[in-house]
Amino acid sequence: MADTILDVSELTTKYITRHEENIYAVDHVSLKVEDGKTLGIAGESGCGKSTLALSLMGYYFPPLHYSSGEIIIDGRNISGMDPDDVRKTVLGNEIAYIPQSAMNALNPTQKVISIVEDVIKAHEPSTSKKQIYALAKETFKRLGLPEEVLQKYSTELSGGMKQRTVIAISVILSPIVLIADEPSSALDVTSQKMVIKMLRQLMDHGYIKALIFITHELPLLYNVTDDIMVMYAGQIVEKGSAKELVFDPLHPYSKGLMGSIIVPESGLRDVKLTAIPGVPPNLKDPPSGCRFAERCKYVRPTCKVTAVELSDAGHGRAYRCIIPEAELREIYANE
Amino acid sequence: MQMSDEKRVILGTSGLTKVFGLGRNKTRAVDNVTIDLYESEIVSIVGESGSGKTTLAKMLLGLLKPTEGEIYFQGQLRDIRSRKKKKEYWKNIQAIFQDPFSAYNTFQKIDAVLLDCLRMRGDGKLPQAQKIELMTEACSFVNLKFAELTNKYPFELSGGQMQRLMIARIFLLNPKILVADEPTSMIDACSRATILDELMKLRDEAGMTVIFITHDIGLAYYVSDTVYIMEQGKVVERGTADACILNPQEAYTQRLINDVPKIHEEWDLSTV
Repeated sequence: MADTILDVSELTTKYITRHEENIYAVDHVSLKVEDGKTLGIAGESGCGKSTLALSLMGYYFPPLHYSSGEIIIDGRNISGMDPDDVRKTVLGNEIAYIPQSAMNALNPTQKVISIVEDVIKAHEPSTSKKQIYALAKETFKRLGLPEEVLQKYSTELSGGMKQRTVIAISVILSPIVLIADEPSSALDVTSQKMVIKMLRQLMDHGYIKALIFITHELPLLYNVTDDIMVMYAGQIVEKGSAKELVFDPLHPYSKGLMGSIIVPESGLRDVKLTAIPGVPPNLKDPPSGCRFAERCKYVRPTCKVTAVELSDAGHGRAYRCIIPEAELREIYANE
Repeated sequence: MQMSDEKRVILGTSGLTKVFGLGRNKTRAVDNVTIDLYESEIVSIVGESGSGKTTLAKMLLGLLKPTEGEIYFQGQLRDIRSRKKKKEYWKNIQAIFQDPFSAYNTFQKIDAVLLDCLRMRGDGKLPQAQKIELMTEACSFVNLKFAELTNKYPFELSGGQMQRLMIARIFLLNPKILVADEPTSMIDACSRATILDELMKLRDEAGMTVIFITHDIGLAYYVSDTVYIMEQGKVVERGTADACILNPQEAYTQRLINDVPKIHEEWDLSTV
């Protein structure tokens, strides 16, 4: 069995609002990523995907606060560490993060090479400019970016090129885990494909050992990841392999998500796409029962009363629903 | 311009061209485009960033002046030279844009947005009860509940709800043509299907012509009757959605299709 690179158990983090209310945006999340694997996180806006990404880095700044749980990266526990230590020793070296608006992450008054210098000097102050240039040149070349990019300002680059430059800079120190939060959602389909290709290359060339990929685009997730985790209102509602989740979802919410996939393949126009009605619950005061009960087609009276635990369906598969697996399959088959 | 068997052309262009810049920086953003849009159909304009989709839409809307070429509306040469005529034209053509968050006035409550539409329709002096009835009908068209929204500010809604409210506005204004410029690109995938279904509902129930602009050929395939593919300002391929997307003739169209991730077929990453 391959080594576990990232092992997160029962991680809970909260936002504290100015009215002193606690909002648990990541609620008892456990996950494992093995060497060379990609984990995808799916879910609609506001379900806690991006908060989970921030929480996994162990770097908390208000209003986000750590509450409980453990994050172990390559055998080292980083949960509850001092934020300053996290910034110096974990970020960039062990975990790198590509934010959603990576396009705006490049300082428009600096050339790309000078941004690279800042990044490397923050971690290894003794590196000379020459060494940095050589490292940057090699990284860019291996990832298929032209060397000229280093001498340009960010405003001279196209959106797709900016995004790929940000990715190249984020892995320049060879982090162990890379978290990509919607890296391609602002790009057109061709640039999106280049970004995806680059993420695959990172793994193949050994720049990173594990990738966490966050998006709401399911066809993309299916093509990039090994395993998929579906989040709803801060909780994991289902996890399993990419294939199982896309073609054989168990949880009614995942089932609903898969019903909204749009791909240019024959047969698409004959099926009626399904959308899930309603909106997710307000996490200031989450429902005591199943969080999806309000929007669920198959809701039962007990759903709204008793909280539901994640139940194991074998082979690393788990789902959060009170209806047993066999019964769910029967319901779906009869639709 | 001419009558077809069933449907009439509502909006047409001939040799439409827009040139930006001067001298060496000249770019032909839209280059000699001739299209005919029929009544009550959804037409997709597909192309990558910078292919001139939005420029074309802006010219159709009358927001940009064409460098060359003509636009015909209901068989006549479009005349929007005076402000009065422009306003008259805009009663027939309306638009929704990419970013629903910036489409609202932050300081106005939601009912103000819809009341504005009623005023534009000339129903501003109706009794209050009748206004509420109309607004409730518009909201229920897009599966929103007017009673829940009435006292809210736009930022209290999700992106999908905001975009649906934009469609409710269109339902009230009831133009003949709707230009939808990337209406789903900032909406998450789960709400996307709802928006597309509502555009189809506008076509089926209100008989509207919808010009759907997108870079995602999958969306175009799902929603449209006719597809136009644009590359560097030119229309390179046109046809019914089935013909254009399942059996593309142009290499460019094929590339756009290849670039969209699939689930039943292998996604080839080596082409970029």
